[in-house]
Amino acid sequence: MTVEARDPGLSITAGGQASFRPLLEWLARRAEPVAIGFCAILIGLTLFSLFILAIGKSPFALFQLMYTGGFGSWFSIQNSLSRAAPLLLTALCVALPARLGLINIGGEGAVVLGGVAAAAIALPAVGVLPPLAVLVLMAAAAILVGGAWIGLAGFLRHYRGVNETISSLLLAYIAIALMNQIVEGPLRDPASLNKPSTAPLPAQYTLGNIPGMDVHWGLVIGVIACLASWALIEITSYGFAARIAGGNVRAAQIQGLPVGRLIVGFTAIAGGFAGLAGMIEVAAVQGSANASLAAGYGYTGILVAFLARHNPLAIIPVAILLGGIDASGGLIQRRMGLPDATVLVLQGTLFVVILFCETFYGRFRIFNPDLWKRSQ
Amino acid sequence: MTKLLSMNRRNFLQVSAAGAVAGVTPGFFGRRALAQAELTVGFVYVGPKDDYGYNQAHAEGAAVIRDMPGVTLVEEENVPETVDVQKTMESMINLDGAGLLFPTSFGYFDPHMLSVAAKYPDAQFRHCGGLWQEGKHPANTGSYFGYIFQGQYLNGIAAGHATKSKKIGFVAAKPIPQVLQNINSFLLGARSVDPAITCQVIFTGEWSLAVKEAEAANALIDQGADVITCHVDSPKVVVETAAGRGAFVCGYHANQSPLAPEKYLTGAEWAWGNVYTGFVKAVQAGEPLPNFLRGGLKDGFVKMSPLGPGVPEEGRKAFEAAHAEMMKGGFSVFKGPLKDHKGNVVVAADKSFAEDAIELESMDYLVEGVIGSTS
Repeated sequence: MTVEARDPGLSITAGGQASFRPLLEWLARRAEPVAIGFCAILIGLTLFSLFILAIGKSPFALFQLMYTGGFGSWFSIQNSLSRAAPLLLTALCVALPARLGLINIGGEGAVVLGGVAAAAIALPAVGVLPPLAVLVLMAAAAILVGGAWIGLAGFLRHYRGVNETISSLLLAYIAIALMNQIVEGPLRDPASLNKPSTAPLPAQYTLGNIPGMDVHWGLVIGVIACLASWALIEITSYGFAARIAGGNVRAAQIQGLPVGRLIVGFTAIAGGFAGLAGMIEVAAVQGSANASLAAGYGYTGILVAFLARHNPLAIIPVAILLGGIDASGGLIQRRMGLPDATVLVLQGTLFVVILFCETFYGRFRIFNPDLWKRSQ
Repeated sequence: MTKLLSMNRRNFLQVSAAGAVAGVTPGFFGRRALAQAELTVGFVYVGPKDDYGYNQAHAEGAAVIRDMPGVTLVEEENVPETVDVQKTMESMINLDGAGLLFPTSFGYFDPHMLSVAAKYPDAQFRHCGGLWQEGKHPANTGSYFGYIFQGQYLNGIAAGHATKSKKIGFVAAKPIPQVLQNINSFLLGARSVDPAITCQVIFTGEWSLAVKEAEAANALIDQGADVITCHVDSPKVVVETAAGRGAFVCGYHANQSPLAPEKYLTGAEWAWGNVYTGFVKAVQAGEPLPNFLRGGLKDGFVKMSPLGPGVPEEGRKAFEAAHAEMMKGGFSVFKGPLKDHKGNVVVAADKSFAEDAIELESMDYLVEGVIGSTS
């Protein structure tokens, strides 16, 4: 609303000083997502503050604690980054299919099966191959299995007309049941009496921390995956074709684009990323595959991807922000006596407001230089 | 003047150095010197603190130490068994100055608590579940656990007197030793009343899966069971579903009688308040903390809910008698001859296991009279 009020003033300036026009046009186009995103977060925080006031607590104290817990010190920053690491990959699992117009919500299944596949292939390889080779093998197995799982949802969508949202969710349930069956049955370490798990990875085979930080290598892998996905979508012709198919599938078919292969390929890549997240969970955090793999990373990834508007680059700051909110959630519980659900309310409020604000794209003349001329 | 100034500065430095030391060594650091000082105790729960179950039992124990002088309690709920719990513990140490931590979920032990404990050797960690081994695990960590199957045996006695159909039911999470001990004890308690009683068990496969728990409770009642108990993280759903269908229920983890006052017979509850009080007192007295602690009814680790109106007079007497026997210690729930549900002998005729017998900890069978399958 404030944006619209400033609109006429800027148009006149733009018309009056023609030499600045290209720069202003460039700025205006780039400013739209930033301004709308910023306003959405501001509105969301305001609504959340009202909620906090309504339960008789100070929103200022709460935001201060959130800053302390999420980003206030080197420890807090590392805490947030650790929590963000798996979200980078699981968010890509939602964002990539979304560029083709598919809503995949089954990343959790690929995470879980990727973790199991990594642990399964590591068992015979430990002691035979050098650690780096084992890790590469684990990653490959996880990517293949995760990719096959989500790729299946894409295949069913294109070739059998099965709604991919439903099938990916149901496949996630099957994946979790399968994981339980495997770690409680054939791959169970007999020593894991009361918490069925696969045999633990020896310490030298685990994925360590980034030097100088208390954050595992999963963060770096996640950031690289986001950058690579951005390049895939924005630079390559495959990405261009995928965006066309996502915009209008009929038009893409008439152009002769291989829509089926694009859908299966992109869903498989997406599942591969989620599978890789599972492998990292096993190799860097858990040390074995067990029921703790189903920790909800696949579902939080949905939130991250939507908040980032399915832009792989935007996933990086959004995941870190959510990691920070998650990290500060504990401090809020401990210092203010608020329930764990408090930060979930914040996340939910932000999610709804940001989706709501999506409807404002293209509505403000200030961000659309093509309309500036007509206004004069 | 210069001398005075330098003196002042030196004094200041000394004072600020002392301040800095005090600042970075809150709580438990420097155990003996600060033994009587403030102690911050951190509790981490895997589910909600008010789940009428596993987490509530721990939170009730934590509430007991909150009122002790010199103790600050910090709690965090719904923390998954991932890097999250590691960071939560570190955050409690770094930001709240916690010196004693209780990560209460079984899955927090390996690798999460172990790796954080290695990083913070001055903090103390005690984990619920009994996994600590001397020489293998760090000295600033430890385990505590209770023989709660004793409570399930007493539940079984109450159930044996209340059942009309001679069929009782058990909703279980996973076929692991701790759960199998409880199922078997429940049936053996009931069979001490009437050897014709059978117990049907349904495994849901997850620690917390409300829909399947409700389905399982309904299925057990559909098959004729008229007393239901369970071993899942939150017995709330099972208790409410079973009582809603008119069956009696025996509780687990915490007291669920407010959920079904008429149908609640009794329940096997944790008494963690006693255990936590002991740990805090030891820290405050500057004594070393035990690394491995176990106990049952006799030791005050486990307690029973008050008997409900559904237990007949005769059942009350049998319950009290068995309870008194167990309070002496050494009562053998598992004694030979005992067969599993496939007919194999699992405890020879001349063997009997007291509550602390190591053999019970790798239990992988269902005893004769239990209907169900572990795989």
